Amino acid sequence: MSMITQQTAGAIPVAARPQESRDSYWRIVGRRLARDKTTLFCAAVLVIILALILLAPWIAPYDPTQGRITQRLKPIGFAGHPLGTDELGRDMLSRLIYGGRFSWLIGITPVVLAFAIGGIIGIIAGFMGGKVNMAIMRVTDVFYAFPSVLLAVAVSGAIGAGILNVILSLTFVFIPPIIRISESVTTGVRNLEYIEAARATGAGSRSIIFVHILPNVLGPIFVYATGLVGVSMIVASGLSFLGLGVKPPDPEWGLMLSTLRTAIYTQPLIATLPGVCIFLTSICFNFVSDGLRTAMDVRA
Amino acid sequence: MLFYIFRRIIYMIPIALAVSLVCFMLIHLSPGDPIDAMVPADTPPDIVKQVRHDYGLDQPLPVQFAYWLGHVVQGDLGTSILRRRPVLPDLLTASGNTFVLAITGGLLGFLIGCIFGGIAGVFRGTWIDRILLGTAVAGVSIPHYWLGMVLVIIFSVGLHLLPAMGAGPGDTGTWAWDMDHIRFLILPALTLSVIPAGLITRTVRGLVSDIMGQDYITTLRGKGLRSWRIVQHVFLNAAPTVLAVMGLQLANLMGGSILVETVFAWPGTGAMLNDAIFQRDFPVLQATTLVLALFFVVLNLVVDLIQTAIDPRISRR
Repeated sequence: MSMITQQTAGAIPVAARPQESRDSYWRIVGRRLARDKTTLFCAAVLVIILALILLAPWIAPYDPTQGRITQRLKPIGFAGHPLGTDELGRDMLSRLIYGGRFSWLIGITPVVLAFAIGGIIGIIAGFMGGKVNMAIMRVTDVFYAFPSVLLAVAVSGAIGAGILNVILSLTFVFIPPIIRISESVTTGVRNLEYIEAARATGAGSRSIIFVHILPNVLGPIFVYATGLVGVSMIVASGLSFLGLGVKPPDPEWGLMLSTLRTAIYTQPLIATLPGVCIFLTSICFNFVSDGLRTAMDVRA
Repeated sequence: MLFYIFRRIIYMIPIALAVSLVCFMLIHLSPGDPIDAMVPADTPPDIVKQVRHDYGLDQPLPVQFAYWLGHVVQGDLGTSILRRRPVLPDLLTASGNTFVLAITGGLLGFLIGCIFGGIAGVFRGTWIDRILLGTAVAGVSIPHYWLGMVLVIIFSVGLHLLPAMGAGPGDTGTWAWDMDHIRFLILPALTLSVIPAGLITRTVRGLVSDIMGQDYITTLRGKGLRSWRIVQHVFLNAAPTVLAVMGLQLANLMGGSILVETVFAWPGTGAMLNDAIFQRDFPVLQATTLVLALFFVVLNLVVDLIQTAIDPRISRR
């Protein structure tokens, strides 16, 4: 398993340092981010997409589930439908906006849940050490022994389709890598001298974890998690694409891509639109994650 | 070294067992009674009981697991509920097809990644670097099932150059390395290659620029070594890590090709999984997941061993 450890280890900017200089550290990070145009641009795109999907009921021109069968697969720019209509005559623009709600929900929620659960388990494993660490990390190894897409598909396939099940299976898949990172950072910090000094001054486990360990662990797993959202969006929509996620008639980008596959001969441009949305979201999260990683890397 | 190999193989056994347990438990994750998937809803209770007994589903879970594992070890991966025949022969054919796709996509990604990454690493900080790195990020961010559709639209629907679906003329399901079959392989392999290409570009770029900055490279330059000899040095130092990433990616492609296989109707393990899931054919779901996961475990081990063998910096404790 040493290989996987190496792989994740590369992703960890170790910001292990005493907390008295915290303000200046975050100020440095902020200044670096302010100079990074790519990251700022991608963050702006994400904010715009988020605003669009949150304001969907006010922005979308039509009901995303209601179509007129006489208006099937109208081209982009067709009267009243700026992005055309889908295979059941539903407005594409409205479906893309509403579809983002589901795609973001099933793409981001698993990462947030895994971030919290995996982070806590990893800190426990790292802080307790010894047998507890052994037990937790060996179980983690087992789930590492599955290719992630395979595990997601197998678990979703077993528990059945549905929004909740996609979120569950993806959370399950993302917890192990987050445990690894949070464990390795915690173990690294735990043995530093300032922790020993804190303990010598009478600090209890709780205050050591909250004051000294948590701030160090949050950064690396947060950066990793933003990158994971890029992957999660693709896999979550992929599960819907396979028919394991959001069910029709609800719009979701992966599902729309799947149902529009029949239209590649007649309206190829429209058929690819949902994929563009997934791609755009994923690439922006990846660039933001890279930007954060560079900005938070104290060695750079 | 022999002892090291032996020890690593011994270490693999508990992992393999635990992986089998997870695959076995998949069937019990599903809501409801697995028996419901096997028989029609209006089956008389005594027949349901008989089927339950035949599949060993009336036994306690640990007994069921031992029973299942015992058969698996002997090469009996169960019987497909849907096709009413052993899973193994079908699974072998499908694995072969998936392997062809994964190895081609993986090598393609490896090649692209090494070229892009190498160039980006050498020209670190320049616009060439930024463009190549951007391309790499795009590679890992592309929903590959969508890319597959786009390629089909361009090369099959638009240009009529390559077939859009299947793995060979006539849909025989068996693969052969001739032009008639390779035409079918190009688009799915290209689709599958973008993620490893992106990851390997980033890895190689990081390694090359790190190695180029080290003192011994400066020394070699100072000694008047020609640049292609320096490239050789850089290559040898980067190889173990790149190999490790590559091995991991290949295994990921084997297990993760389900989406691409669905887009291109490629008759591999992904298609088998897909059928098994939607027909509630649990023996097939279990067996396919198990074989793919074990392949992943074994490949990890092999990569680890090769890496240890060729990289003197890793200690062979």
